[in-house]
Amino acid sequence: MTDMSVQDREYETSMGDYFALLKPRVMSLVIFTALVGMLVAPVPVHPFIGFIGILCIAVGAGASGALNMWWDADIDSLMKRTSKRPIPSGRVQPGEALGIGLALSGFSVVLLLLATNVFAAGLLAFTIFFYTVVYSMWLKRLTPQNIVIGGAAGAFPPMVGWAVATGSVGIESILMFALIFMWTPPHFWALALFVKTDYGDAGVPMLTETHGRDATRKHVIVYAVLLVPVALGLGFTSIGGPVYLATALFFNAWFLKGCFDIWRRDDDAADADGYLVERKVFKVSLYYLFAHFVALLVEAVLRANSVGVW
Amino acid sequence: MAIKVEHEIHGRRKGRNFGVGLLLAAFIALVFALTVVKVLQLGEARQFEKFDHVARPAIIPQEEGVVE
Repeated sequence: MTDMSVQDREYETSMGDYFALLKPRVMSLVIFTALVGMLVAPVPVHPFIGFIGILCIAVGAGASGALNMWWDADIDSLMKRTSKRPIPSGRVQPGEALGIGLALSGFSVVLLLLATNVFAAGLLAFTIFFYTVVYSMWLKRLTPQNIVIGGAAGAFPPMVGWAVATGSVGIESILMFALIFMWTPPHFWALALFVKTDYGDAGVPMLTETHGRDATRKHVIVYAVLLVPVALGLGFTSIGGPVYLATALFFNAWFLKGCFDIWRRDDDAADADGYLVERKVFKVSLYYLFAHFVALLVEAVLRANSVGVW
Repeated sequence: MAIKVEHEIHGRRKGRNFGVGLLLAAFIALVFALTVVKVLQLGEARQFEKFDHVARPAIIPQEEGVVE
């Protein structure tokens, strides 16, 4: 008798296993950006309606995570990082993950529709569809630009948060989307340069393996340059202001300098110092996104207290 | 050694059932609170009669000059 068959017979799935299907760490970023998107919008939201809105966005993101784990169970079991996830480790059955993913998708979209408006609910439904079908099922295993496409799915939450408040889309919410969308590739590829992944063994094309590490370094600087006008442009909209602009200027300069350093060096230099620059840029990228969204919140607070400049 | 009636599986199952119960209770509380907030947002509570699928002649505005 193998260990697996013992586990099949005796293992009783816990709530924690089901919760792990929802990718809680990804969910926390979704909650934060969606909350900022909702709070900076020009239309005030009733606190309880706002709470339901953020809950639905979080549950929708969790549903996408469960559907992603259901679809990717075959490759998750081949990779070290993902082999301990609930399905490959045998703690949750694939059918259960599919059922939970579909049920929570329906729950989050319908409740968001009832609590807020049809536009926000439609956008949330599209986000779940985009992450599950367009990213996970279609393009993730097809193109090394998969990170760019996955980044789009992660960029929708502030747009949905904005839609919860306003029932529409605005230049501000489009730029918040663009900020996360353009930030994701350099953030992830900086990580891919110093972490040895086994995506290749699972047949997932990653830029570092399909086009080489030098090409990845070039991609990092190109996206970092393209990110600058998006980040600064947001400062000149109705949700921006001097605090945001000062923050954006500082962090874009810091991030751009790091990405430039990544581009200027090769793997020999990186090997020599244990990928010091790449590790630093990855850390800076985390501060970068957090700082931009916190600055937007600060501007909203200043506006609410009639201290806003524009 | 005494026979252990309570297996680790039972504890785990109990935890799961408890979790599902809590989620259901939270769902009911959520829908109830949302209903209260939506009704209060209507301003005048009588507006709520529009949603109860029963004809309410009393809340239909009367046209001037119409004599029944």
